[in-house]
Amino acid sequence: MEIKESANNIKAIFRREIGGYFGSPVAYVFIVIFLMLMGFFTFYISRFFEVGQADLRNFFEWHSWIFMFLVPAVAMRLWAEERRMGTLELILTFPVTVADVILGKFLAAWVFIGIALFLTFPMVITVAYLGSPDTGPVICGYIGSFLSAGAFLSVGIMTSSFTRSQVISFIVSVVLCLFFILAGYPPVTEMLSGWAPIWLVNLVSSLGFLSHSVSIERGVLDFRDLLYYFSIIFFMLFANGIVIQNRRT
Amino acid sequence: MIEVKNLTKYFGAKKAVDNISFTVEKGEILGFLGPNAAGKSTTMRMITGFIPPSDGTAVIGGADILTDAVAARKKIGYLPENAPVYPDMTVYGYLDFCAEVRGFSGENRKKKVEEALEKCFLNEVKFQTISTLSKGFKQRVCFAQSIIHDPEYLILDEPTDGLDPNQKHEVRLLIRKMSADKAIILSTHILDEMDAVCSRAIIIAKGRIVADETPFNLRTRSSLHGAVSLTLPPTDTEKFISCIRGIKGVKEVRIIEKEADTLKVRIYPENAYTPIVNGVVTALSDHHYEIKTIFVEQGRLDEVFRELTV
Ligand SMILES: Nc1ncnc2c1ncn2[C@@H]1O[C@H](COP(=O)(O)OP(=O)(O)O)[C@@H](O)[C@H]1O
Ligand SMILES: [Mg+2]
Repeated sequence: MEIKESANNIKAIFRREIGGYFGSPVAYVFIVIFLMLMGFFTFYISRFFEVGQADLRNFFEWHSWIFMFLVPAVAMRLWAEERRMGTLELILTFPVTVADVILGKFLAAWVFIGIALFLTFPMVITVAYLGSPDTGPVICGYIGSFLSAGAFLSVGIMTSSFTRSQVISFIVSVVLCLFFILAGYPPVTEMLSGWAPIWLVNLVSSLGFLSHSVSIERGVLDFRDLLYYFSIIFFMLFANGIVIQNRRT
Repeated sequence: MIEVKNLTKYFGAKKAVDNISFTVEKGEILGFLGPNAAGKSTTMRMITGFIPPSDGTAVIGGADILTDAVAARKKIGYLPENAPVYPDMTVYGYLDFCAEVRGFSGENRKKKVEEALEKCFLNEVKFQTISTLSKGFKQRVCFAQSIIHDPEYLILDEPTDGLDPNQKHEVRLLIRKMSADKAIILSTHILDEMDAVCSRAIIIAKGRIVADETPFNLRTRSSLHGAVSLTLPPTDTEKFISCIRGIKGVKEVRIIEKEADTLKVRIYPENAYTPIVNGVVTALSDHHYEIKTIFVEQGRLDEVFRELTV
């Protein structure tokens, strides 16, 4: 009964949010920018055609970097807008739980980003036409990208809950996302290992995306990698719930 | 029944609401009155579960807002101050969303939305985007949201704010029409509104309840209550005053206005509960004064309000 009610609430909020994205030009601007950046980085910066290799590794490598900016831009308004319009008071006095609202909002934004990601498929078709890449890594690459977008999104929605200012929310969440990207990179690990205890170095690098995305991109979907992304999402959404429950206004 | 028990709210060190308790039964329309910043909205936000109380709680039809929040909110319809709406949705889309969150689906949801549109006179703007509506329409859209599930308890924070006099009248009629089987709390700082709509009034000032009475009883607190106002043709005021002073039960006579063709006076009783109007009429006709108008004052709410809240 309660689960059914919750599902209904989440669905209602999800529908409203998704409708909001596609009812405004922001969604289309976002999608166009995302696709243009994707193309730019893959074709020009990584010289897709010149390396003469029909594989999509470069394409997927750029995803995290682009999401690092675009996902916080999608997420920053999720709570700030409700506060600005005063509808926070409406939605939090409906017979719904804070968890319902957070899940509805999160899933809607995630699906929206998923749609943008899906629209990059012409790239895949190009590669398939030029050569014959393994389908395993391609599918896994998409799954990995989608998961890292979800993790970034959970960071962004969390930061948007504790400030009224969309700018602050955006900046803080870009910085946090950057941490997740850089944490596993060898230069960062080396720099840390100079002075930090070994457990801290391990902790930081295991928090980073890199080790997880590398294995996913190789075409291996390990349960631990999935667990990693979903724990980040769960932790951030949980923190979001606490912030909303304890807000002062 | 809405039971409000010792609600208290601190914002930092500042006490916005100070130990407020009252109950509202079905059939009652409780006017929540007070000057700006008295704590009306804060109290309503605690009753609806939007902000947690620093102390105390509210029980809505048996459901405690702190321990059984979702059940309590199901029974409430709430119109927040400034009537928040989603500006980029259509009126229909917005109400459809609200009905969906309230658990209605399919044909039933459609019916609920149509009913709310009908009741709040919104059919002409049904498919209009909310951001293009005037303030009065937005207010009514949000009002429609609060009654869409036909709640047992209605909490309305300044429901007629920003409406023109005709719209105010319509909304008040609507509230009165619904009151038979609901318990309604509405906040306002407009005294006439309280007088026109409410069966009971709570006045709060600086976060505390300073009066909890019917509008009629509130009036009797006014120094004007029971006074007799008269207009007469011009006459010798000295003689007139001494004539009135002789009447039993009269405390004081005041000349309100003296013009070329009329004299306005007000006669105050010693005790507001012992009518003096008979004595006045008898004395005046005995002395052959001509009465142009005579009126027994009910008392003025604004005077009582000022006395209680300043
Ligand atoms: N979120 C908040 N933070 C700090 N002070 C607040 C907050 N909300 C209300 N107040 C203060 O509490 C007092 C009561 O406000 P409010 O309940 O809105 O009054 P009313 O609705 O009667 O005009 C005011 O002094 C107001 O400044
Ligand atoms: Mg107010």
